[in-house]
Amino acid sequence: MSAGAADAADVTIRAKELTRTFGRFIAVDHISFDVRGGEVFGFLGANGAGKTTAIRMLTGLLKPSAGQATVAGFDVYRQSEAIKRHIGYMSQRFSLYEDLTVYENIQLYGGIYDLSNRQIRDRAENMLQRLGFRDAAAALVRSLPLGWRQKLAFSVALLHQPRIVFLDEPTSGVDPITRRQFWELIYEAAAAGTTVFVTTHYMDEAEYCDRISIMVDGKIGAIGTPSELKSRFGTDSVDEVFVRLARPTSSSAPGGTAQ
Amino acid sequence: MTDAVVVQDVVKRFGTTTALSGVSCTVRTGELFGFIGPDGAGKTTLFRILATLLVPDKGRAAVLGEDVVAAMWRLRSRIGYMPGRFSLYPDLSVEENLRFFASVFGTTIAAERERIAPIYTQLEPFRTRRAGALSGGMKQKLALCCALVHRPEILFLDEPTTGVDAVSRREFWDLLTSLTSGGLTAVVSTPYMDEADRCDRVALVQHGRLLAVDTPAGVAASFGRPLMAVRSGERYATLKALRDYEHTNSAYPFGESIHFTDKRTDLPEQTQQQEVRAFLSARGLVNISVAPTPPTVEDTFMARMGASEANGSTA
Repeated sequence: MSAGAADAADVTIRAKELTRTFGRFIAVDHISFDVRGGEVFGFLGANGAGKTTAIRMLTGLLKPSAGQATVAGFDVYRQSEAIKRHIGYMSQRFSLYEDLTVYENIQLYGGIYDLSNRQIRDRAENMLQRLGFRDAAAALVRSLPLGWRQKLAFSVALLHQPRIVFLDEPTSGVDPITRRQFWELIYEAAAAGTTVFVTTHYMDEAEYCDRISIMVDGKIGAIGTPSELKSRFGTDSVDEVFVRLARPTSSSAPGGTAQ
Repeated sequence: MTDAVVVQDVVKRFGTTTALSGVSCTVRTGELFGFIGPDGAGKTTLFRILATLLVPDKGRAAVLGEDVVAAMWRLRSRIGYMPGRFSLYPDLSVEENLRFFASVFGTTIAAERERIAPIYTQLEPFRTRRAGALSGGMKQKLALCCALVHRPEILFLDEPTTGVDAVSRREFWDLLTSLTSGGLTAVVSTPYMDEADRCDRVALVQHGRLLAVDTPAGVAASFGRPLMAVRSGERYATLKALRDYEHTNSAYPFGESIHFTDKRTDLPEQTQQQEVRAFLSARGLVNISVAPTPPTVEDTFMARMGASEANGSTA
């Protein structure tokens, strides 16, 4: 089960030498990795390391300058619209309309993804039941606590049953109990076969991922399971691994053994 | 010595929302003091009151021995405030921003050079870059520099590390530590529980109330129950099993293990460990390890939070 050795059939994201430049600046520099179905994949890196650019390419929002990538089996150059239909996306900053009710948000997203009224009704019912939010269906999203909003946003991102969901700092600023409840939703989705691609600044959350990749200056500085990385760098936390990679000048091995 | 900050029964409401419901605490001179809590806990409201930008509905607050309402104008030149939202001019360069903030307080970069040197030397290579084009970590360093340029006696930094990567966060805390070791008082808020350990003392904030005020070690030690780290090959399955275990008091993922407490406080810890291990193995889980683990600030936060929330429901 080592990195990059997955069967082709099981791969939901495959990036090969994926590159993006802006003028002379190389934001993403020949990155290669595979993510398997049902995997919780943590995508880490310092601010400015190239994470956002990489995610925008993988979600069909930005054309690469070079290299290849397929997401849910679709090509990022030629099939970006198909990619958008087959993935879910949730960001910390914008995910739900605060001036709409919970149910109206579900209807809106269901409509955007071409679900029938019946599908929307059934899935909404099921989702609200599972989250314990049935009484909140008619409440304005702005009236809900942040933690509820984030759980709801996650479930709405899964409404059209995408094969992959991209989560961009989904738990930022959320209280520690709700943050953990959120991760239980992630595990649940992954156990049901959804691939979860997640970014976070909480280093303990990096430990909750099946595998993580750490980007450094546009490249993948390290990739593997949290325990593989810890043993490779001889540390007892992912936080330490992150520090060694992101600030090689302050450690003994500049550059490390990046692949 | 006068305490740097004294907050007494402060209440602040916005319409029907109670942002602060009776907060009291004291920050000592020279302390690096942290308000730790999630978004919406009331941290920003409290910081705005202490920075003389907001008047409390009830209670009172004093900074540097002066009342934040009565002595508002006198206080403003004595405090440095860094709001949570990036509040510098994105279209001005690093140097222009700094020069502007210095001039507002009637000083110059040259005159304050020594004071800001530890930070300014890191910014100097980007002197001519627009502030809006800096990385997240650099923006925060510039904002700190601007908050320091008029030689305040106390700094209020509202979530300076939110959204900043783990490495830049460390560097920012290193800077704060060096500033407070030089005698400055710094009051900082953060949603990252692991940053509590960088503070001399912390207050845990939730729903407009303080759950605890103590040193980080004191907060952690106040957890008050045997805490166990449970591991197995399958974390999610283990977590679900622990949810079904009749003696579970709490079970939360924590790094690579699950932190677990048993309801039966009268039972020896050894027995608690043996029984939970037996339960998990009867559930078909393998490679189970159950070991005592020292509580962290985050464990205490969750325990207190859980307790205060359970008060409203059927306990």
